[in-house]
Amino acid sequence: MSGAEFVPLSLTPMLIGILVAVACALPGNFLLLRKQALIGDAISHVVLPGIVVAFLVTGAITTWPMLLGAAGAAIIAVAAIELVRRLGRIEPGAAMGVVFTAMFAGGVLLLEQSDTSSVHLDVEHALFGNLESLIWLDASGWSSLVDPVALAGLPVELPRMAITLVAIVAFVVVFWRPLKIATFDEGFAQTIGMRTRPLGLALVILSAVAAVAAFDAVGSIIVIAMFICPPAAARLMTNQLERQVAWSVVFATLSAVLGYVLAGYGPLWFGFASSVSAAGMIATTSGVLLALTAFFGPHRTRGGTAEAQI
Amino acid sequence: MFLEALSLQLGYNATLVTVGATLLGMAAGVGGTFLFLRKRALVSDAISHATLPGVGIAFMVMVAFGGDGRNLIGLLLGAALSAGLGLLVVHWLSTRTRLAEDAAIGAVLSVFFGFGIVLLTVVQSMTAGRQAGLEGFLLGSTAGMLRADAVTIALSAALTLALVLLLRRPLTLASFDPEFAAATGQNVPRTDLAMMGLVLAVTVVGMKIVGLILIVALLIIPPVTARFWTERTDHVVIISGLVGGVAAYVGACLSAVVPDMPTGPIIVLVGFTLFLVSLLLAPGRGVLAAYLGHRRFQRRVHMRQGLLALAQGQPIYEKLTLRLLRRAGWTRRDGVPTQAGRGRASRALLDETRWQLIRRDPSFEAAAAHYDGLTPIERVLTQDQIAEIDSRIPAPQGVAP
Repeated sequence: MSGAEFVPLSLTPMLIGILVAVACALPGNFLLLRKQALIGDAISHVVLPGIVVAFLVTGAITTWPMLLGAAGAAIIAVAAIELVRRLGRIEPGAAMGVVFTAMFAGGVLLLEQSDTSSVHLDVEHALFGNLESLIWLDASGWSSLVDPVALAGLPVELPRMAITLVAIVAFVVVFWRPLKIATFDEGFAQTIGMRTRPLGLALVILSAVAAVAAFDAVGSIIVIAMFICPPAAARLMTNQLERQVAWSVVFATLSAVLGYVLAGYGPLWFGFASSVSAAGMIATTSGVLLALTAFFGPHRTRGGTAEAQI
Repeated sequence: MFLEALSLQLGYNATLVTVGATLLGMAAGVGGTFLFLRKRALVSDAISHATLPGVGIAFMVMVAFGGDGRNLIGLLLGAALSAGLGLLVVHWLSTRTRLAEDAAIGAVLSVFFGFGIVLLTVVQSMTAGRQAGLEGFLLGSTAGMLRADAVTIALSAALTLALVLLLRRPLTLASFDPEFAAATGQNVPRTDLAMMGLVLAVTVVGMKIVGLILIVALLIIPPVTARFWTERTDHVVIISGLVGGVAAYVGACLSAVVPDMPTGPIIVLVGFTLFLVSLLLAPGRGVLAAYLGHRRFQRRVHMRQGLLALAQGQPIYEKLTLRLLRRAGWTRRDGVPTQAGRGRASRALLDETRWQLIRRDPSFEAAAAHYDGLTPIERVLTQDQIAEIDSRIPAPQGVAP
């Protein structure tokens, strides 16, 4: 395919897909090891009421209020889960199930009750996103990458996702040691005077930021998949956290690229006329990668770590 | 209008849907209890999301065989098959690989759902068949339901409820104490399988009413709500069934009456309201009860310490203690004890002295373990024992320093 076609139509969605995938996979590694993998699931559900409320307050689909609303909803959800767990003495899984389903139901109800017919805001969009629509119309070919006029027309999701990713990478790099210690041995981290609770909360908030920023561009299904599948696949590849994170970035990138290509061009190879959902395909690809590692990954089973290590 | 809906007078279809929803809510409440007690509530989330590809494939298969692809039984069958596959994958990932169950749940949930969306977009581009309405499985839609579909749902909900009630006893045993169940010769893995089968049935039947994203709420919220009201497993089962039934019944009626009110979310929100009420007001485990209990305890401690201070002639500065003593009529406004207060104070001091003595005596070790500064010693010792202790108290005035 020529650059004239690829750059405007496929380059930006693919880049955004990669950025989203990596931004979610990085915190996902720690959530997975801390047995909080489903936080991503809960957060991506509660984002819906957040943006609906933001829309009802401002009356328009604008970026910042929506992001704020979504982030607020995520924080409220995390607080509510903790509150229900403590006050009701309920196990965390059930507390999470109660809170996120109720908030999601509230979001759907608000959406149906309010007049959103004039704007593009519906539940399906929230779930699947619309990665394919994030095209770069001002581009005419590879040369546009150095053309400031064309660059100004980039979809806003791209720089926003890039900033989010930089923030996440910065957090992970700065707090690498505390994160690593607190993830593997919270008790030890506490005895050496580390404040593990704020750190855990920061991790959850960081995940929420990733989920919210990504959600706007690609919908919640990729977000959930990328929080869990690439880190899980990476976990089956290695025993070292550094390598696990590296693998998860590789898997996330691979899922985004392969998924996007398969969704866009795969159906054509089978003789279908139209493409399929890129978000769904990226999630499916990450699942296939996880399945491969579950069958062939060198560290796929429990135990057996002793002889491998020493 | 709402009363008409509540008394099932809104026409045959609406009535069938309401009855079906209520039966389903009860089945979900009872079935979800076992899931909750086994601490596996979120497995149902994976099951429900895993139904989506099955719906898409069933539609395509039915269209390929020349139908219009809207046969509800066919779609539900497909959903059940793919949900079963998802369940197997969760089980396999969490037992055969090092991944924890929550990661397995999340992976299955997102991947199956993603694949389901891919299939839905394929279905949308198909020219054959009538694909409109497949999205209804995401959030549930009871509006404009066909007569045959309503009958199917009501019947299968009744069947699921009957099945849950039939399996109640072994499930209760296994979810309350799996080790004991295994020791009595029960096949616990098979019981677990039956439990998951029930959850699957509830999910599949509930898809059309509540939608596959929210059906998990119907399995989680009722048992969590019921848990506030009782400490007994069999009561949790009954209350949870009731909560599920009431939520579904009220929700289905509301959605039949109010325009633009999707059934699934409103059922979930009614259930959540019941949960909130229970969280706040339930006796024993509720927040209000816990707060009142804390207050009562605090008052008793302040009273006791205040009385001891009075008996020993020490000044009291603590405001709450002063207020409590004054309100009970045991001190006057200036902090001087009244006649009744003096009597109370010396009784408290006597009690405390007796406690101090038995706590020093190893032969009273078991009784002394009950000491918390509040329990009257008469509750742990017999009259004779107390008399024996009293003989050891040298003289009343000798106790005070």
